[in-house]
Amino acid sequence: MIRSIKTRRQAVLVVCYGVIAVFMVFFLFPPYWMALTSFKTNQEIESLKGIPFLIQQGATLKHYQDLFTKTDFLIYLKNTAIITTLVTILSLVISVLAAYSLSRLGFIGAGILGTGVFLTYLVPDTLLFIPFFKIIGWLGLLNSKWSLLLVFPTAIVPFCTWILIGYFASIPRELDEAALVDGANHLQMLLRIFLPVAVPGLVAATMFAFTISWAGFLYPMAFIFSNEEQLLTVGTVTTLIKGDVYHWGGLMAGALLACLPPVLLYAFLMDYYISGLTSGSTKA
Amino acid sequence: MTALRQEPLAEEWARQRVRRRTSVLARLRSKPVAAFLMCLPLLVLIVGLIIYPFFYSIYLAMLNKRETQVVWLDNFRFLLTMDTFWLVVRTSFLFTFTAVFFKALLGFILALVINTLPTRGQRVWRGVSLVPWVMPLALSTLGWWWIFEPTHSALNWILVELGFAPKSWLADPFWARFSIILVNVWYGTPFFMIMYLAGLKSIPLELFDSASIDGAGPFQRLRFITLPMLKNIIAITMLFSTIVTFANFDIVRVLTRGGPRNETHLFGTFSFRLGIESGDVPLGAAVALVMFPILAVSAFFILRGVRRSVV
Amino acid sequence: MAQVVLKDLNKKFDEVYAVKDVNLHIRDKEFMVLVGPSGCGKSTTLRMVAGLEEITSGEVHIGERLVNDLPPKDRDIAMVFQNYALYPHMTVYDNMAFGLKMRKFPKPEIETRVREAATLLGIQELLKRKPRQLSGGQRQRVAVGRAIVRHPQVFLFDEPLSNLDAKLRVQMRVELKRLHDRLETTVIYVTHDQVEAMTLGDRVVVMKDGLVQQVGEPMELYSKPRNKFVAGFIGSPAMNFIETTISDASGALYAETAGLRVRVPAERTSRLAPYKGQAVTLGIRPEDLQEATGGDPQDLVFEALVEVVEPLGSEILLDTKVGTQTIVARVDPTVSTKHHQKIRLAFVPDRIHFFDNKTEQAIA
Repeated sequence: MIRSIKTRRQAVLVVCYGVIAVFMVFFLFPPYWMALTSFKTNQEIESLKGIPFLIQQGATLKHYQDLFTKTDFLIYLKNTAIITTLVTILSLVISVLAAYSLSRLGFIGAGILGTGVFLTYLVPDTLLFIPFFKIIGWLGLLNSKWSLLLVFPTAIVPFCTWILIGYFASIPRELDEAALVDGANHLQMLLRIFLPVAVPGLVAATMFAFTISWAGFLYPMAFIFSNEEQLLTVGTVTTLIKGDVYHWGGLMAGALLACLPPVLLYAFLMDYYISGLTSGSTKA
Repeated sequence: MTALRQEPLAEEWARQRVRRRTSVLARLRSKPVAAFLMCLPLLVLIVGLIIYPFFYSIYLAMLNKRETQVVWLDNFRFLLTMDTFWLVVRTSFLFTFTAVFFKALLGFILALVINTLPTRGQRVWRGVSLVPWVMPLALSTLGWWWIFEPTHSALNWILVELGFAPKSWLADPFWARFSIILVNVWYGTPFFMIMYLAGLKSIPLELFDSASIDGAGPFQRLRFITLPMLKNIIAITMLFSTIVTFANFDIVRVLTRGGPRNETHLFGTFSFRLGIESGDVPLGAAVALVMFPILAVSAFFILRGVRRSVV
Repeated sequence: MAQVVLKDLNKKFDEVYAVKDVNLHIRDKEFMVLVGPSGCGKSTTLRMVAGLEEITSGEVHIGERLVNDLPPKDRDIAMVFQNYALYPHMTVYDNMAFGLKMRKFPKPEIETRVREAATLLGIQELLKRKPRQLSGGQRQRVAVGRAIVRHPQVFLFDEPLSNLDAKLRVQMRVELKRLHDRLETTVIYVTHDQVEAMTLGDRVVVMKDGLVQQVGEPMELYSKPRNKFVAGFIGSPAMNFIETTISDASGALYAETAGLRVRVPAERTSRLAPYKGQAVTLGIRPEDLQEATGGDPQDLVFEALVEVVEPLGSEILLDTKVGTQTIVARVDPTVSTKHHQKIRLAFVPDRIHFFDNKTEQAIA
């Protein structure tokens, strides 16, 4: 009997690992294929012989070299880095202030605002990009990357505020009170007790702000036309394609490099990201 | 309130009497006022960059193409006579429901499978599974675009090796739709998995033990314990994904640009085509606004579900 | 000198009074316990003393100072919270040092004080640990340590023992009492546990629905409860309340109900005379009922049907039925009885309490 339970458990595990393997191939094939292509020579990419899932004619870094020397990739990278950094800081300041206020202090209408935050975080970018296009036009910010400082936070701030409200609410109120009784003033309490304790929530919020901003596609696509102002996502997708012949190697090298920062960030801080993701969508 | 105040001690001691002054300064320091001030940037953002643009977009949608004249609902009426618009409606619904269904199904299977594995490995599998979700969608779609490439790329090579005819994935209406759904499923399944896995972890193990003792087999436990316990989270995740999927832009824009012959346009990409690329801002705004009722209904049910899960 | 005086203290949450007209004078070095069921306003009162809750009206004085408008940090108090509220990102040492750092104490002084407190509490070994590496009892000690390093004028305790298991709670109770003797500081201690209140308090304040019911030394509350609530709240098992009617026969007053007729002691007759013919509640503690052996010259004996016998070793609890009323008696372990048997019980006459049915106040 004991043996049968054990063998059954083993059979279940075999099936599970089989299913996982299928999923992993499905999930990881695109990045693998992208990486593979980016290291292949153009001749090998064009060649119809051999197995395409391996590099058989020697790997090359030429596509990466070309990316930095012959394209505007660095300009895009710089623009994206600047915008993402500023948007992240801006969004986090707004979110932390609001979330602290909503979860700890409260005022008349705070409940309505909390619900409002939740609803606005459900507003997708495709709903409002047209009025934004007009508004940015009035402000003279069309074709300027700075326009994104205005529109990216609309997606990020509600989401981060929402996560942080949930996180802040999970920190026992007595902790603040103990600090106040211990002789801290309000600011000291915030800086030395509250925010350090809230670090996991802050890390999650920062990651979301960073990732959403880095991956932004529709807004730069709609508001920015020139290469000097363009961001990484749109720049890679639109301008690295030149002429009728697609330079697949270079394109994949660019896409992969552009993917790297959020993926690396995620790789190191996975647990924060996941806890933020699950709490942000379910808890109130 | 007392905590926010910082009156000098000596002065306070000297006073010795209860005098609750309500000067302007004291009011500013009071808790509700400070709380409101801290929310002000958020409030400005919500009102100025979400509520106002929303109403402005309604106004825009009621202008003529040159934006010189209010034509009320003419833009919407025009849309209703437009074959392409109806095609967009059909594609959007097909895309959303098929993609959400498969994401939910695959996400659930994956969550169950990961949850069955030994605890030590779970973290790794969970982590790796989330890679598609973390990559910027426009860029990973670019990768998929190359995978779908008919002559030199991976998918057709496999088909040919398996003895099938190669397909022109993105040029054939059926396969183009299949492709955008596939990419969306690839991108969104990890999110469902994460949500369901968190849900599974929150079910007390005693429930399963007790059900086993009561004579329930694995499928009965799934049917009578797991699914009912996850009902709320399943619903919330699906509704949430419905909004995001319905409003998707990146995949179609990169993969097909709405082609072939507008067969794969979604509301978002169609609105972009009309409003930005063809310069008919009011018509573009009108297309985007058509999404609103669907989004609003989903949002209403999400809010209800979230409130319920808290209580 | 650190007495704490509360004058006409009120706290209103959304039009509901959580604390109403509380007047208390807590003397210097006194261990004052606030006790009552949850929602009685005891914690709110404490938090107003701490400055964590805004005062709706009234005054709080600590020492000679009116502190209504002082932030907590300037009140010279320390507080121990129910869930300890240890700062999770700091070591035990830093937790204890935090209050001193905030007050800009020199480093050596902080070091000395923390070590001193740690020695006093027996947690020297734990100073480098983080709170999550500690057991419940250790966390409790650190929380107390964090309070005592500051040498405050007043200690505030908000149900500090309720997260501990029963055995540890008894142990910590003794330690707290000993600590108070050593430190000689004013303590205000909130609990819902009447045993804790009785054992720890120099004086005890019983609260209910935001109102102070009675203030007094533990034995005073026990033997002279001012109203039915205090009588029922203090003491375990709780006082028996018997619905009786006062009648008058052959020159004496009797309290009677079906199956029970007890003569009112002579010294109480004058206060009870006005209730002749009316219903009053008779209160008797289980320990004030004894097995009757001889006759019944004073009309204090009644017959009860034993329903449940709970032998506790040093005593026996009997759940008995008299007419329709349930009466619990606490008798010597030598009494031998079984359930479904009858037993004769006698009141200890000077321990009988009477309560007015309308006002619930004691008639004495």
